[in-house]
Amino acid sequence: MDGNSKMETQAPKQGLGDQQLTGAEIVLRALADQGVDTIFGYPGGAVLPIYDAIYAQQQVRHILVRHEQGAGHMAEGYARATGKCGVALATSGPGATNMVTPLADALMDSIPMVVFTGQVPTHLIGSDAFQEADTVGITRSCTKHNYLVRDVNDLARTIHEAFYVATHGRPGPVLVDIPKNVQFAKGNYVGPEAIEHRTYHPRTEPQDKRIEEALALMAGAQRPIIYSGGGVINSGPEASQALRALAKATGWPVTSTLMGLGAFPASSPQWLGMVGMHGSFESNNAMHDCDVMLCVGARFDDRVTGRLDAFSPGSKKIHIDIDPSSINKNVRADIPVVADCGKALKALVNGWSKKVGKSPDIKPWWKQIDEWRARKGFAYPNSKKLIKPQYAIERLYELTKDRDTYITTEVGQHQMWAAQFYHFQEPNRWMTSGGLGTMGYGLPAAIGVQAAFPKALVIDIAGDASVQMTMQEMSCAIQHDLPVKIFILNNEWMGMVRQWQQLLHGERYSHSYSDALPDFVKLAEAYGCHGIRCEDPANLDAAIMEMIDTPKPVLFDCRVEKAENCFPMIPSGAAHNEMILGKITGEEIGEAGKMLV
Amino acid sequence: MTRAIRPRTTPKTGVRDDPASAYDMTASDEGIEQRTLACIVDNEPGVLARVVGLFSGRGYNIESLTVAEIDRNAHQSRITIVTSGTNHVLEQIEQQLLRLVPVAKVIDVTNSSGGIERELALVKVAGKGDARVESLRISEIFRAHVIDTTNESFIFEVTGASQKIDQFVELMRPLGLVEVSRTGVLSIQRGKEKAG
Ligand SMILES: Cc1ncc(C[n+]2csc(CCOP(=O)(O)OP(=O)(O)O)c2C)c(N)n1
Repeated sequence: MDGNSKMETQAPKQGLGDQQLTGAEIVLRALADQGVDTIFGYPGGAVLPIYDAIYAQQQVRHILVRHEQGAGHMAEGYARATGKCGVALATSGPGATNMVTPLADALMDSIPMVVFTGQVPTHLIGSDAFQEADTVGITRSCTKHNYLVRDVNDLARTIHEAFYVATHGRPGPVLVDIPKNVQFAKGNYVGPEAIEHRTYHPRTEPQDKRIEEALALMAGAQRPIIYSGGGVINSGPEASQALRALAKATGWPVTSTLMGLGAFPASSPQWLGMVGMHGSFESNNAMHDCDVMLCVGARFDDRVTGRLDAFSPGSKKIHIDIDPSSINKNVRADIPVVADCGKALKALVNGWSKKVGKSPDIKPWWKQIDEWRARKGFAYPNSKKLIKPQYAIERLYELTKDRDTYITTEVGQHQMWAAQFYHFQEPNRWMTSGGLGTMGYGLPAAIGVQAAFPKALVIDIAGDASVQMTMQEMSCAIQHDLPVKIFILNNEWMGMVRQWQQLLHGERYSHSYSDALPDFVKLAEAYGCHGIRCEDPANLDAAIMEMIDTPKPVLFDCRVEKAENCFPMIPSGAAHNEMILGKITGEEIGEAGKMLV
Repeated sequence: MTRAIRPRTTPKTGVRDDPASAYDMTASDEGIEQRTLACIVDNEPGVLARVVGLFSGRGYNIESLTVAEIDRNAHQSRITIVTSGTNHVLEQIEQQLLRLVPVAKVIDVTNSSGGIERELALVKVAGKGDARVESLRISEIFRAHVIDTTNESFIFEVTGASQKIDQFVELMRPLGLVEVSRTGVLSIQRGKEKAG
């Protein structure tokens, strides 16, 4: 089989045709031409020529991480916050295998990212050479696409193609594996101009017919809902604008997935809060009882649908997605619209104002929604003695909402509380690991965001267990002067695991207590960061202000109520309208539900 | 290979209780049908591994698979896969294949959808006397060719639908069947149009 890369290129324009560069120089040149200003990486034998090329230039900034997983998550955070493609670099073998988690994470959450890995020289491939791993084999199922570049003359085209694939259609991670001899070899450089993939041309324009059908269905809706997802964020700020315009024109209620938070402003009276297992009572009930569901850029994930055969049984569904495989995967769409979310939403806005004009009377529906709202599903008993985790997020929100703030999270209860109690007004302000649920994502992701926006306030809302998975990147934050704030809701437990053990496993707390926790304040100091501890609700505001006002990285050890559970909750295997509000005993969950994760 | 082709149905409600996953599917499940898909792919390293990895990773069946380059200048190969599943799973298989960057087209070339399917087999039979004569006689009925012969053996080349080859092999078994090599199913749409 032929090893050539499949880009059709024209001769480069500015007389670069004869210019011979080494493979390593080609990498840096291609990055600069792709508009990349920052990469996150870690050196090793198989990428030393690339590090030489980094050394010799100023255009692309390299952020040295402490573990390759950190580099990957930083690139993800950078990508999610900027809307651009994130870039990471690692050596062969262990460098590449350490990158597997961020690749899988980016694939699940559709994050555009290009990862470069070094490889042993081509003549040693297959010989079990030192630090050899079959990187393209290992990463095949956790990348959108990957390449092993065998010939330096294919390198530039392959890199440009990698950026094209990562950012077109449903975005995702692409890996380029470059053997060391290819990095040394001299070859021709071609620019990114006029490069187009031979076969990969995802459809982005909606079919007129589908838009007509959708509008006709929408026009008759009496109990409608817009269910939006991360695709709206990925599609760019214009998609969020179009979503807002559509909501305004129709007067419809809007909910979103965990990944979609911020596309629609939480301050709007039309906002119902997040949908799903720990979503709002009103959004889940509205999803269950609606007659028309407009799903845009979301994928009916099991965390959203609950029990599939009881999912929104009475509704007709319009599903807009750029990836046709998402449509009809878990839930049958009555009107499938394969398109870029922004383009489809704009077409719906135009069509609505032209054709439908006056919205049907949905006042009774809103009355019903207000009744659900009045149940106050997120209410919790506050305490004067202990900091409730929900209260901590509420205060964090109040004290940071008027600033230029970005929030990342780890995975667990704190992540859900952050989604429930931190209210997002704009897209690209919220980075969390939704699909893969990767503990250890938030700290490096925050560093990636801060690298893109050095002046912004970037806060990782963390758990005491998660934060220890990538804690070493505090050293990276110090080195590169990236003043991220790590706000740990310290309950001394793997809280989400403890909650499931309490509810589903007869209170057998097997290995979920975070024993031997470090002293986070001393740990902060050891890294050269600022450490803060707070255990008294009365001091919380002042402590948060101290964190905000500290111009360097901060580890904030927020001691919270240890046994708090995350509510409301749709028990595994239950339907949306079986959501549990305040207290759960475990009896609610059937044997089949216990099988689910 | 047995065929259990059922009409493709589309559920009327928005609710589907059949899971997106193919892992729990058993051959006895209602509505399992067989489908033959032709994937036109960029002939680049690893493309077959991507396709096969997709099937194993998502728990889809592969009953037969063939691959070869079909257009050298365009760097294109054709991978023909016979798979089975519920209609829902089969739809997902097509869509998941199309998600792979080097997959340009997926064409349904199932017999019942207007595809014409063929398979080629090489069948080695060893024997003497009556059995040897009988094997030759049966091979004529199946329009098989003898492509190698010794005093005590034949190698037959036989083409046809998979069931025809199954039958041929079964008839040869008592006559001294030694070894079988099959290509797997190839299929192409009938008529003058280019499919896809
Ligand atoms: C890498 C990884 N390993 C294991 C898990 C399973 N897991 C999900 S939440 C959780 C506990 C998280 O504890 P902590 O970070 O303290 O957050 P809390 O739930 O207490 O807020 C675990 C172990 C995971 N999501 N990711």
